[in-house]
Amino acid sequence: MALPFFKSAEIEPPADVEAATLRSDRFRLEREVDWQRLDQIVTALEKGRPKRISDEDLLELPVLYRKTASSLSVARETSLDAATLSYLEALVRRAWFQIYGPRIGLFGWLRRFFMGGWSTSVREIWLDICISFAVMVAGTLVGWLLVARDKEWFYSLVPGEMAGGRVPGADRAVLEESLAQHDNAEGLSVFAAYLFSNNTGVTIMAFALGFAFGIPTLLLLLYNTALLGAMLWVFADAGLGLDFVGWLSVHGTTELGAIMLGGAAGLHVGRTMAFPGERSILAAMRDAGVRAAQVMAGCTIMLIVAGLLEGYVRQLVGDTNSRLAIGGGMLLFWIIYFAFVRRPPEHEA
Amino acid sequence: MSAAINMMRGEPGKRDRMLVTPEGVALPLTVGSRGNRAGALLLDMTFIVIGVIVFFMILGAVGFGLFDLAGTENVNPVLELLFVVIILFLFLARYGYFLFFELGPRAATPGKRLLGLRVAARDGGRLTAEMVIARNLVRDVEVFIPGFFLLGGGEQAGVAGLTAFVWLAIFVLFPFFNKDALRAGDLVAGTWVVEAQSAKLKEAMSLAPDRSTEYRFGEDELSIYGEHELQVLENVLRQDQPEALRDVADAITNKIGWQLGRGDEREFLEAFYAALRGHLESGMRFGKRKRDKHS
Repeated sequence: MALPFFKSAEIEPPADVEAATLRSDRFRLEREVDWQRLDQIVTALEKGRPKRISDEDLLELPVLYRKTASSLSVARETSLDAATLSYLEALVRRAWFQIYGPRIGLFGWLRRFFMGGWSTSVREIWLDICISFAVMVAGTLVGWLLVARDKEWFYSLVPGEMAGGRVPGADRAVLEESLAQHDNAEGLSVFAAYLFSNNTGVTIMAFALGFAFGIPTLLLLLYNTALLGAMLWVFADAGLGLDFVGWLSVHGTTELGAIMLGGAAGLHVGRTMAFPGERSILAAMRDAGVRAAQVMAGCTIMLIVAGLLEGYVRQLVGDTNSRLAIGGGMLLFWIIYFAFVRRPPEHEA
Repeated sequence: MSAAINMMRGEPGKRDRMLVTPEGVALPLTVGSRGNRAGALLLDMTFIVIGVIVFFMILGAVGFGLFDLAGTENVNPVLELLFVVIILFLFLARYGYFLFFELGPRAATPGKRLLGLRVAARDGGRLTAEMVIARNLVRDVEVFIPGFFLLGGGEQAGVAGLTAFVWLAIFVLFPFFNKDALRAGDLVAGTWVVEAQSAKLKEAMSLAPDRSTEYRFGEDELSIYGEHELQVLENVLRQDQPEALRDVADAITNKIGWQLGRGDEREFLEAFYAALRGHLESGMRFGKRKRDKHS
């Protein structure tokens, strides 16, 4: 219960309606109290203190809003009082912002996001995910085939500092060492957090590049997976193919999944830009952008998980079969999550 | 007086838009100016930087001894945890700050709020959380990546650097190439940034004592002026500055050929205002509007 004397203290009683000589001023004085009430409710909402509003006021909010909006329409046609008109315009605008403002805060949104908002958006861009997946597979194949035909390709594909000894014809022991586990987790959490920061940048890049009709996104995906294909060939050549896949799969199923989704989100925006369908390009882009944003927010979370797996689990689990099991398990988890988690029924009208 | 005229309503400027709410009420909105928006961004960045500095100072005060341990043989687990917390905090400062405030009831970051701006949906519908997320994800390409790029001297990296520079410049300069000052994030999210002022309800004008018996104005005298002049007069009366009152009273009496004693200006203007507004409003009720004295 709000304290009643607070309310009456703030709203000034209107001057005597009969004292006004002009008809439009009498119109205003008769409705002034309603406007002030709406003003108070809106102010409380703006300050983020909806508890200050009494139940009675809250129930009447829609009525007050419509009354005030209709007062504005009437006043525009009958009154020349500029101050009243601008007050009403500002008030209706503020009330409109509140009534059509964001309904849920950051935490409410997060809850809805995990309970189905994310997976729904992912399902909605299935076509782009297929394209993105196909491009990544093609990229890996291209990388593999190029290096298989001519080893020189490896050096043009993979930047020197990244290869770090993992080059064609390298000693098997060197390659094995790079896949090996480390004895303890010291310093790994910092490494994981760093990886996460870095990978998020790449994924957001893939999304943002979607702007140019998605072509830069495709190129980025193609290049990064060609690199993967080239690396894969090097290890397979040394007879370590399965070990490499295991080493990569621990975090790779999650991380490559995130990059695939980020690329798909970028493609979705780019594709909508090129083929907006029957809607205006701006309207189509808005729908696509909102959908893509959900997917992207999810990618960030996948990358956190990938960073943790890469930083901790991969270095602590050395056995190829266990690594494959962890990687496969993560993949299964993501597929089930995206395919089967449904959005809960909307509570909002 | 010219300032008063500039404050007048009803003259659509370059940044004024009409938005129709779902109830069918046309609401005037003013698109936030590019200068204000850049200012708001700078303010927000300042707040973030201050926040980060304060955060590090608190860390420094709490764990002053921790850094001495960095040199020892084993990596200190507490120090390690600290690094993780720092990296996550920086991540949150980069993304969480804008999201948290723009998802609040004012749909504006502190910087926007200080400059009287807020985010709104372009189509007059509801501003959804997804829209806010979308516009802030793209902010990364528009603000942070160009910032890091320039700080890191990326523009000196040959052809690739130049391409990246041009590409990023397109994003940064996007707001200058459309009339609504939309940045790429606004375009994708379907939002725009508008001015959001509030106004106080001022006194009703015709509550002053009725002087229609002392000052009688004829049809000819009232039909000289239109709505524009009426609202300028309203402004002058509300501001109540003696010199302005005298000037306006002189101008009106000259026009209608009256003589006015010193000290009667306010009374006269109130009476003239009431009569003129009554005259114009009764015309309005019959569908006749007179914009200004020229029409």
